[in-house]
Amino acid sequence: MTPPPADAAVLSTRSLFSGEGSRGGSLPSWAPWGAFVGAVVFCGLVEAVLGWFTIALMLVFGCLVAIVAIYAWSRPVEGARRAKDRAVTMAIVAAFGVAMAPLISLLYEVIVRGAAGISWEFFTSDSRGVVAGGGAAHAIVGTLVITACAVVISVPIGLMAAIYMNEYGRGPLRRALTFFVDVMTGIPSIVAGLFAYALFELFFGPGIRMGIMGSIALTVLMIPIVIRSAEEVLKIVPDHLREASYALGTPKWKTITKVVLPTAFAGLVTGVMLATARIIGETAPLLVTTGVVDSMNADPFQGRMQNLAVYAYNEYRSPGVMKQASFDRAWAAALTLILIVMILNVIARLVYRRYKTEIR
Amino acid sequence: MEGRKLKDMLGSESKPGTEAEEGRNTMSQAGPVTETSSRPEGVGAPARPAKTLEAKEVNLYYGDFHAVENVNMTIEPNKVTALIGSSGCGKTTFLRSLNRMHELTRGATVKGSIQLDGEDVYGGGVDPVAVRRLIGMVFQQPNPFPTMSIYDNVAAGLNFNAGKIKKSAKDEIVERSLRGAHLWDEVKDRLGRPGSGLSGGQQQRLCIARATAVSPEVLLMDEPCSALDPVATLAIEDLIGELKKEYTIAIVTHNMQQAARASDNTAFFNLDESGKPGHLVEIGPTDEIFTKPKKKETEDYVSGRFG
Repeated sequence: MTPPPADAAVLSTRSLFSGEGSRGGSLPSWAPWGAFVGAVVFCGLVEAVLGWFTIALMLVFGCLVAIVAIYAWSRPVEGARRAKDRAVTMAIVAAFGVAMAPLISLLYEVIVRGAAGISWEFFTSDSRGVVAGGGAAHAIVGTLVITACAVVISVPIGLMAAIYMNEYGRGPLRRALTFFVDVMTGIPSIVAGLFAYALFELFFGPGIRMGIMGSIALTVLMIPIVIRSAEEVLKIVPDHLREASYALGTPKWKTITKVVLPTAFAGLVTGVMLATARIIGETAPLLVTTGVVDSMNADPFQGRMQNLAVYAYNEYRSPGVMKQASFDRAWAAALTLILIVMILNVIARLVYRRYKTEIR
Repeated sequence: MEGRKLKDMLGSESKPGTEAEEGRNTMSQAGPVTETSSRPEGVGAPARPAKTLEAKEVNLYYGDFHAVENVNMTIEPNKVTALIGSSGCGKTTFLRSLNRMHELTRGATVKGSIQLDGEDVYGGGVDPVAVRRLIGMVFQQPNPFPTMSIYDNVAAGLNFNAGKIKKSAKDEIVERSLRGAHLWDEVKDRLGRPGSGLSGGQQQRLCIARATAVSPEVLLMDEPCSALDPVATLAIEDLIGELKKEYTIAIVTHNMQQAARASDNTAFFNLDESGKPGHLVEIGPTDEIFTKPKKKETEDYVSGRFG
């Protein structure tokens, strides 16, 4: 940066158009795209010459080269500050693209391959003894029942724990709880499954398989997520609302139920929905607790129960005589699961939009 | 109405239609509501006698920090007492100790006694919730409940704490409180709309209506105008002059003109230096404090020579 002239008598030569890290010129508006396409083509050619051409590598190297290229191009024309700005912008956009690539590719694959297996039969029949055809109705029902049970158990416990931690808890106990909740968020899901299995085995003997066992395993995974998200939401309810309520002569529990929770409602529901979406696709804990079965069972307290994730896994691992039919069903199950998660997300957004409160 | 004692309220979830509540409500309704348009400037007999607050050797702490030292003062009934003083001298802390809001801050403690018509607010067996039903508060930042309509904001205290109450009775209390807060005419056509949609000044009057809807004895106001423009400020000051007919009022303010305009008594707080506890320098009729204070400190402050 040019320092302002020390001598006031000397006329300032500072200008809006040059100096202060800028050279006055500017690149054409297509410059970032130009640099990117140029860099990708360049990388493609180099790779072709070296003889190990692949599209993915070309794009990744292209991004890196483009960052350097746009800087080198901009520096002499626009000056150092604009050049840095362009290079960093390019880097951020490229990082975003790299992050999105697997996601989009995954969605594309699942939709294209899953669509083949989707049919009316897929949603309405189970796969008891089928060779071709058959469906995943039992798995869809199982997924919904197991998840619903897990939500019914986790939400009250999680919300109350979050209320305790944010409104009542203090000192070492509270800190210890926060620590353990954090630890619980990191539990490998198979461990949660083995925990639930071990718990039920104590009472019902070895080899026990029930839907509710899966729910318990999912609960172990879901509670810490609910606590964390609810705690964050309760934390942003401003204290002045609590004080306004106390000043009316309101007891603490009523302040929480009538002021704090309604104010945080939208955020709490969103948190629960996202936690649900997070656990609905769990495979490992359900594999050891609910077992694998081909026929419809909607009773979580009686016998094995199928669910979409395990169904997809199983169709793929041990396909029937007509392999392709099994693979199609696996993909269709994956697609169905993604659709359910998407519906949950949409509901969460709608609830949030409908009930959000402007908090200042 | 005579029967409103702190101890009596203990454990009772303030059932609606106790003698006291109903007596109060009819009483206040009997008070000339329509008279608000022609305001006699702070004179005239109180519409109803309120209670006296008396602080005796009050010391306030935040953990080890001694925030306010040895305050003795009387907040007279049906009068406005202004608390003035520079920032950090403990005015707000003292005000919040009067209805036991101080102790909500983690580590905050109180020594001494504060008496509401002779009953110790900090006495053994007194529930802070009961205290706050008799001593209401209006805050610096207007804080209507964002999830509630204008109507529900005013009725909040009743909804939370009065159990089942007849709709018509509630309507009446809401209207009376809003009229009392000079807000009725502006909001009567949109009572169902959210309270947070009002302007800052209207929100503050809504908060005053909310505080008065539960018929407290004393109203504490913590810089109620500091977030408002001059017009809204004036509206609130007029309102304070009206409210003292029914309530005992203590108001913290940084605005000395406001203290001079709106209060009957003024208490000046000061602290010797940062880190030392704040203390009460003197309290007296507002005229005296502003024209011929007893202490040099007070004179320097009110004449703008420091602070």
